Amino acid sequence: MGTLGGAGLAAAVAASRARTLGMEGERRASQARSSGLPAGGADGDSQGGSAPFPGSSGSSALLQAEVLDLDEDEDDLEVFSKDASLMDMNSFSPMMPTSPLSMINQIKFEDEPDLKDLFITVDEPESHVTTIETFITYRIITKTSRGEFDSSEFEVRRRYQDFLWLKGKLEEAHPTLIIPPLPEKFIVKGMVERFNDDFIETRRKALHKFLNRIADHPTLTFNEDFKIFLTAQAWELSSHKKQGPGLLSRMGQTVRAVASSMRGVKNRPEEFMEMNNFIELFSQKINLIDKISQRIYKEEREYFDEMKEYGPIHILWSASEEDLVDTLKDVASCIDRCCKATEKRMSGLSEALLPVVHEYVLYSEMLMGVMKRRDQIQAELDSKVEALTYKKIDTDLQDRSWLSTLSYRIRSEEEIWRCATLHIYKMIFKLPEEIGKLEDKVECANNALKADWERWKQNMQNDIKLAFTDMAEENIHYYEQCLATWESFLTSQTNLHLEETSEDKP
Amino acid sequence: MEQAPPDPERQLQPAPLEPLGCPDAGLGAAVGKEAAGAGEEDSGVDTMTHNNFWLKKIEISVSEAEKRTGRNAMNMQETYTAYLIETRSVEHTDGQSVLTDSLWRRYSEFELLRNYLLVYYPHIVVPPLPEKRAEFVWHKLSADNMDPDFVERRRIGLENFLLRIASHPILCRDKIFYLFLTQEGNWKETVNETGFQLKADSRLKALNATFRVKNPDKRFTDLKHYSDELQSVISHLLRVRARVADRLYGVYKVHGNYGRVFSEWSAIEKEMGDGLQSAGHHMDVYASSIDDILEDEEHYADQLKEYLFYAEALTVRTFSLKGMTTKLFGQETPEQREARIKVLEEQINEGEQQLKSKNLEGREFVKNAWADIERFKEQKNRDLKEALISYAVMQISMCKKGIQVWTNAKECFSKM
Repeated sequence: MGTLGGAGLAAAVAASRARTLGMEGERRASQARSSGLPAGGADGDSQGGSAPFPGSSGSSALLQAEVLDLDEDEDDLEVFSKDASLMDMNSFSPMMPTSPLSMINQIKFEDEPDLKDLFITVDEPESHVTTIETFITYRIITKTSRGEFDSSEFEVRRRYQDFLWLKGKLEEAHPTLIIPPLPEKFIVKGMVERFNDDFIETRRKALHKFLNRIADHPTLTFNEDFKIFLTAQAWELSSHKKQGPGLLSRMGQTVRAVASSMRGVKNRPEEFMEMNNFIELFSQKINLIDKISQRIYKEEREYFDEMKEYGPIHILWSASEEDLVDTLKDVASCIDRCCKATEKRMSGLSEALLPVVHEYVLYSEMLMGVMKRRDQIQAELDSKVEALTYKKIDTDLQDRSWLSTLSYRIRSEEEIWRCATLHIYKMIFKLPEEIGKLEDKVECANNALKADWERWKQNMQNDIKLAFTDMAEENIHYYEQCLATWESFLTSQTNLHLEETSEDKP
Repeated sequence: MEQAPPDPERQLQPAPLEPLGCPDAGLGAAVGKEAAGAGEEDSGVDTMTHNNFWLKKIEISVSEAEKRTGRNAMNMQETYTAYLIETRSVEHTDGQSVLTDSLWRRYSEFELLRNYLLVYYPHIVVPPLPEKRAEFVWHKLSADNMDPDFVERRRIGLENFLLRIASHPILCRDKIFYLFLTQEGNWKETVNETGFQLKADSRLKALNATFRVKNPDKRFTDLKHYSDELQSVISHLLRVRARVADRLYGVYKVHGNYGRVFSEWSAIEKEMGDGLQSAGHHMDVYASSIDDILEDEEHYADQLKEYLFYAEALTVRTFSLKGMTTKLFGQETPEQREARIKVLEEQINEGEQQLKSKNLEGREFVKNAWADIERFKEQKNRDLKEALISYAVMQISMCKKGIQVWTNAKECFSKM
């Protein structure tokens, strides 16, 4: 950084101009961040070693403290700061995405099946009983060709709590990315005990989906906690869990988040207003569809139960008939076959449609959370910027300590005035850099969300389309089977009739 | 003891028994006044005997039903439904039919006719009436007697009843039946004048005594078993069918909700919007298709119900004496009771003599009764087979509709 003479000023101006162009500003900003110190500090140092404006160093000390604070929050921007480590991964690792569009292009590339290098399965639920509790673990097998994994195959056992932990870590690390949803903790109604087979199986499938969605996500797939989750032994995982900011810091974040959200979100950009509206409506509709689909399943089940009784009555009847025996028995077998077809239709519904719809119900809750977090980031930063601007000017103006340096030599009034003016200039031009940094943070969060949003929408469309097409297919198949059954009955009856009438003829 | 009208001298030409099991055949004659002369199929079956009351081929239809209000026996206002009965005679040569008689009757008059026939033709399996009140109702179906669908089905049932009598070689010749179709006023009085209520009691007692004295004919015992079983199995079947219909209704109707939600969702989607919207429309079509499907199935249920009532009548007629009087005649007036007691007193005196002549009568009765039962059995087998086949046809139609709707829906989904 140049001196804060003309060169320094020029640099600062250039920096702010570049920022408005967006791309370069980000790069500059990130470079600034990776160097760890605010530009202001460097500028201060270049003034010949000493701090002729103790006020400024004092203020830069203030700045430093606050910037460190922000650094913690900036974990979500690790995509931009972990430059060294990221570059060494496979060539498809997300470089610094500079625009949502480039990220989308990258994503499309990434989702090609033949490029998948991480395969995960969740199976073999097992019950564990201890003195304190009973719980289920699931076996997770990971197969990968990635260099950063120590081996190419891993097998671990995890319980639901571990999944919860992973989700929490991912949300922490990427507050504005759309993290896949986990199946619910417990179902409230209709559950006799926590561990009935259907519940476990449904959960296992959902957990499998959860991990695979993370693996398919261009950013989340490289998350460190994810890797540890897949590979660490039980004791390793426990000790790893204990590290990190932990509960208190998360609580701290929550408190701050609540505080800032209470201030309300002004200035939410237009596109996020649209996104928010969509999410609200989508959430309503998908919840309704979930209810409707569950209800259809229930009705089909009850229909099946009644049909099971319907066929055998015809058999019973045939026992007291002579002429009608065959016809009745045939009708009974037709009904039974239709019954089986109904059963198949039901299981198709519960395999294909219900889990997908339910996952998107959970996703819609996730999305609302993501929107809130984005709004919070913006609100926090908006208010900080506000505070910074006014407070800083206020403080600096009130802080006359810089005057004391003048005590060594008697300055003329003119010189005092010149120093004061220069100091104010410095303040005003330092602020944009800080504000710029903070704005960068919001912009990165927004871009991350935008890109992930596009990706999510595309996936949602595909998944919903597939699920409903499957449902339609199941129904077609069901009716085709029943049709064939009854048609062959009719044919046999007609043939019989023809036989009989031909026999009657002399 | 008066003999029933059938004159053994008359040559019987058994009527060509149309498959009356399928209501559509009956409906062919009952489409209302507009259908007059429209070349109806001869579902109104006829007999062509020389000394018949019917000189020509006839067609009978119960073409309309109308709500009426009037005053009942206790001078209270009541609402009831009246049915229009039209009789047409068909010219031999060109098949054109001419309306010869048309009058209105209510359900209670049909009941009176039937009770009369039961008394005068104890050896005949008299066709049953459609149910007085809706039973075996699945919950979306109305149990209200005034409900238009119920009235419609009853209209068809009453027509079927008349057609069955008209196609019975013996019953069709009955004068009271003829008058039922042709004499609007005073018919009730005419029936009562025959004094059939009085005869019923003694006659049935006497006839049943015949069976008790000797070894009951094995055929009749078997028949009783059969009719018991038939009754029980058909009621069971009808009950389960009603529940199945209920569930099926539920499955179809819930899909209709998709229609509404898809349409609302499509408003916020750009690419998926069209596909969702049109798929939703097909879901609506699917949901509404169940109404017609189940209406058709009700006709099937009615066919089965007819034989349920036949079975009930067989059981009652053959062996049950207790409560039969009240079952047949309902409430008696004091005068009727008086007369009945008088007759009973007479009988007690004549008991011995009667027993002797009864034996002969008993054997004759058995012979005639069994002939009619055979006829009935064949009719039953034909009709029930018809019914089961028509059930299959209904299922096929339902499946075809289903395939169509879901194929359309699938196309819409795949375009999303």
